[in-house]
Amino acid sequence: MIPELGHFTLILALAMAFIQSSFPLVGATIANQTFMALARPVARLQFFFVVISFFILVYSFLINDFSISYIANNSNTLLPWYYRFSAVWGAHEGSLLLWVLILNIWTIAVTYFSRGLPEYFVARVIGVMGLISAGFLLFMLFTSNPFERIFPIPLDGADLNPLLQDIGLIIHPPILYMGYVGFSVAFSFAIAALLDSNLDTTWARWSRPWTLLAWIFLTLGIALGSWWAYYELGWGGWWFWDPVENASFMPWLIGTALIHSLAATDKRGIFKNWTLLLSICAFALSLLGTFLVRSGVITSVHAFATDPTRGIFILLLLGVFVGGSLVLYAFRAPTIKAGGKFKLLSRETFLLLNSILFLVAMLTVLLGTIYPLIIEALNLGKISVGAPYFNAVFVPIMSPLVVFLGLGVITKWKQDNLFQLLIKLRYLLISTLFIGITIVLVFFENHQLKTSMGIIAALWISLTTFYSFYLRLQNKKNKLAAMLIIPRSYYGMLLAHLGFSVCIVGITITSNHSVDIHERMKIGDTIEFSNYQFNLRDLKEISGPNYKATEAIVDVKKNETLITTLRSQKRIYTVRDMPMTEAGIDAGFTRDIYMSLGEPLDTESWSVRLYHKPFVRWIWLGSILMAIGGLLAILDKRYRTAKQRKKSIIVNNEVVS
Amino acid sequence: MNKRFMSILIPILFFYAQNCFTNDEPVKFKNILQEEQYYNLLEEVRCLVCQNQSLADSNAPLAQDLRNEIYEMVNSKKNNNEILDFLVKRYGDFVLYRPPLKKNTWLLWFGPFLILIIAISIGIIVIKKQIGDK
Repeated sequence: MIPELGHFTLILALAMAFIQSSFPLVGATIANQTFMALARPVARLQFFFVVISFFILVYSFLINDFSISYIANNSNTLLPWYYRFSAVWGAHEGSLLLWVLILNIWTIAVTYFSRGLPEYFVARVIGVMGLISAGFLLFMLFTSNPFERIFPIPLDGADLNPLLQDIGLIIHPPILYMGYVGFSVAFSFAIAALLDSNLDTTWARWSRPWTLLAWIFLTLGIALGSWWAYYELGWGGWWFWDPVENASFMPWLIGTALIHSLAATDKRGIFKNWTLLLSICAFALSLLGTFLVRSGVITSVHAFATDPTRGIFILLLLGVFVGGSLVLYAFRAPTIKAGGKFKLLSRETFLLLNSILFLVAMLTVLLGTIYPLIIEALNLGKISVGAPYFNAVFVPIMSPLVVFLGLGVITKWKQDNLFQLLIKLRYLLISTLFIGITIVLVFFENHQLKTSMGIIAALWISLTTFYSFYLRLQNKKNKLAAMLIIPRSYYGMLLAHLGFSVCIVGITITSNHSVDIHERMKIGDTIEFSNYQFNLRDLKEISGPNYKATEAIVDVKKNETLITTLRSQKRIYTVRDMPMTEAGIDAGFTRDIYMSLGEPLDTESWSVRLYHKPFVRWIWLGSILMAIGGLLAILDKRYRTAKQRKKSIIVNNEVVS
Repeated sequence: MNKRFMSILIPILFFYAQNCFTNDEPVKFKNILQEEQYYNLLEEVRCLVCQNQSLADSNAPLAQDLRNEIYEMVNSKKNNNEILDFLVKRYGDFVLYRPPLKKNTWLLWFGPFLILIIAISIGIIVIKKQIGDK
């Protein structure tokens, strides 16, 4: 009975989505106040129904209701409760429900944080979001109902894929989806702006904090996914150019271009068309990502679904939303007036160039991801496109981007003087090259060329960033007071750019200087590797809730002093008979020591892989810095609505008096 | 160590050895160059039975067989081209993660740079327009 209630509330949510999308959109066009006023309450009602539905699925997982086919396929009585909870989004149907829930969380946030915006605009934004929700609810109800019953009811479930039984999978998908789906807000703002009769740039200011927030979630989500792959897959890799990873990386590339372009539109009134196009593009890529992952056209570690009807349905959704919005764009774009003028040598030029490079990078990833599918569909052969291809084409595209980034932050808006710029750059360029090459010559013996390129790129970004800060304070008398006046979004930019350079350092060093060995070990054996001594102290048998494991305990010493003790497990998950490796990792600021237990070779020896991965943490540290930078930008006073600003003035006066 | 547990576990693991597991014996090389060549090759070759993993990452028996073959070829001083040619002859281009430049991959390899040129030209036109009409 309870699962049917969950199904029923989904249908009610769909009904709400229809009302939410039709009346407010019509109302905004014919200026009907009653219709527009429906937007907020109906959106909240839809949220309410989706939440009930979601919690019913959670509840059914927790009580092991195997009469539901989805739960029977993805859970088991032996599964600990927290994995039964995260199993809700462990496969196709449930992850779609999560998608819709998160879309509704974004919508409800819009209903609360849009009080300073004109009624007709909010009605349109909420209306468009209702349309998206209706599309996905239809998709769920017709092709992927999570509450479908199964008969006869199995005694126990088939268990959750052991790969997904991990803390990383409890948090990675919701964060990533917050990012993916968050671009629907930017999309809805862009559509609402296009539907508006007098299109100015105020929408850009309204859209900016939402877009930044979505970008922050996507950044963190991708970093989390990379970290999860690193410790869970047991190969010490952190990025595989897997189609599913690419599906999340493409919206990130466009999202990054978008937050920069939005900033320029907001501040300087330029790139209006381009920003609108990027907003549409970012959401289109989120939908495309959903299509690639959910349709089963790509078989990869992450792909769960193989039902073609689902693929066609998502493709239809994609066609309707992207096609529709592009048609609207094509009609409206020519009427949009170009904004402020700028000269060739200006920050605008570099922003635009990098925007274009992000687009090219995204198209390259897209090409590499779908090329094998197209070739196969056209019967032109079966090929694989993997990491060697992406590394070969991606780096040349990103290199000029790094150069322009550095030039952009130190160039003035509107126009700059070439001669003055060269003088400014003189010392910066020399010191970047000098420090970069010195570091590489002193610390690295091999792969010096590749390493120095990466280190110089990172130095160029961080030094130009610091220099732009210096330029800002240069002529101020009271430096401290000037620092306090500088808007938070500027500090956000500094931090995010530094995060990017930290990320580049991590990627460069860990890719070029990681070493590993593969050895046979029995208890008592010691291996010398990378100036550490690894001693296999013990092999223990462990019995988990739903697996059996052998744990290797390895003492790591350097010059006879114990540094750490690594524990790595080889697990066999009993329900699915699947083996899994739990890596033993000693994380450090400048290096990780990573161990994964292989297979038993005879009654007493096991194969063991050891990895020394320098600076690998910097990849995720850099991502976190970028996310904090984004957060600082959101907290900028610029986005507080007029009402709140008044309030804060009153509060300040009270404090003063 | 608990012998009884191992006596249960090891047959289980060997059972897997026949199905999805293989002998994970570490390999040894006479010199560093060969070792580097071997590991680089593993990154370039796709495991044919896995969904999307290179030979370096795969646990499948076929991957182990291929690793052994590559090991033998590296040890008998064959160069990368000879080894990859051998694999392509047997399994087709699908086995390579770096697709060879051919008629059907022309667009794949030159596409990104074509896109780059087109995009930059459009960018230049847009910037010129911004500067031009005052």
